[in-house]
Amino acid sequence: MKIKKFLLVLFFYTLAFTNSYSLEPDVFVQSTVNRASNVLSKDISKDEKINELKVIAKETVDIRGVGFYSLGSARKNLDQNQKIKYSKLFESYFLKSFSSRLAEYTNPEIEVQGKEVLNKNYTIVNSLLVGTSDRPEVKIDWRIYTKNPDNPLIRDLIIEGLSLARTQKEEFSSILNSNDGDINILFKTLEEFSNN
Amino acid sequence: MFRKLALIVTLFLFVAFNANAGSDGELILKKNQPNEVKDCFENLNRATFAFNQALDGILFQPVASAYRVLPSPIKTGVSNSLDNLTTLITIPNNILQGELKKAGVNSGRFVINTTVGILGFVDVAQHLGFPEYEKEDYGQSLATMGVGPGCYLVLPVLGPSTVRDTSASIVSLVGGDAWYNITVTNDTQHFSDFDYYASRVTSGIDFRAKNYDAIENLEKNSIDFYASVKSLYLQDRQQKILNTNKIIETQDDSDWEEIETQ
Repeated sequence: MKIKKFLLVLFFYTLAFTNSYSLEPDVFVQSTVNRASNVLSKDISKDEKINELKVIAKETVDIRGVGFYSLGSARKNLDQNQKIKYSKLFESYFLKSFSSRLAEYTNPEIEVQGKEVLNKNYTIVNSLLVGTSDRPEVKIDWRIYTKNPDNPLIRDLIIEGLSLARTQKEEFSSILNSNDGDINILFKTLEEFSNN
Repeated sequence: MFRKLALIVTLFLFVAFNANAGSDGELILKKNQPNEVKDCFENLNRATFAFNQALDGILFQPVASAYRVLPSPIKTGVSNSLDNLTTLITIPNNILQGELKKAGVNSGRFVINTTVGILGFVDVAQHLGFPEYEKEDYGQSLATMGVGPGCYLVLPVLGPSTVRDTSASIVSLVGGDAWYNITVTNDTQHFSDFDYYASRVTSGIDFRAKNYDAIENLEKNSIDFYASVKSLYLQDRQQKILNTNKIIETQDDSDWEEIETQ
């Protein structure tokens, strides 16, 4: 009897640890959107919403990847200390910018409509922000980084065909170009944005 | 009228043959990449941008804010009417781009919406199952002929543009826009200059109202608002020229590929 029980426990234990379920990118996007929607529809202050959205963003966005993409070719000239400093500054900047943008919406309804696998590293998930009397419906595509299928991460939001990561990259590039490529000016700008 | 038509055709053929480039899709894509467009007049552009922002704060933003509170059917109707007028520029450009079928569909759309749809107020064609309307202009036609965008420009009041798109818009003023012809150029006794300029101003307010939150949000969360607007405008033009809203066809994946975080 004991042996039977032991074997049963062993069977389920083995089953649980050998089946590693990969998370489908479209399911991941829908669940992320639902989490954000729940926060936005809560009866809490804007600051509390921002804090909860930051937690979601930290878990679901590849902030480090987006940061280095935004830096463009300038990332190749950074030493290790500058990379660490930049990653920290970018994370603060990104979380503030991202959550403030999202906190303006009240109960956004987003429907995931399909997906397109680009390669093993990337899938584009197509979705639609349902229109209201104040705003038209908006197509939103999500660039999902799927190198680790168990932990997909958002790398870009493409709103009506316009990439936010690309816009950010060109914004950073403009700051660097206007200041003879001085990375410290960009660091200062990011710091000021986060502290304001 | 024939002189004007001949002028437009000559202008287009002249520019197209002097483009020194084929109209191959990849080349068009490369030429219109936002990071390929030079900001030759950046100081002047930034000054004009600041002027436009001030004008927006004084005029467009308050008017757009008031316009937003109008009932939805009225806003949709006004937007439909303005879109209907743009069909008059889209149709000749469909022809210039060799899209004869689209020119036919858009002509049908214009006739139906102007008559049954009460001067375009109701988009009857959409209800009848016409394909989604895609605006075309003379700048897009030049781009499909292989003409590059030239430098980035910010025009007073009108906002972001490029040398190519600004030059191409002159075609609308020399006979390429039927709405301009019957309001400003010719005295038809049914329409006046006021109708044309009122439609342009309303179009600006309609755009501002539709994108009200997005613009406010972008301005608040940008560290260089001028650069953000420039990037978004050039990305949008690239999409329109290629008649696609799929970023996956227009974005260089290689830049992402080398960033490994997992």
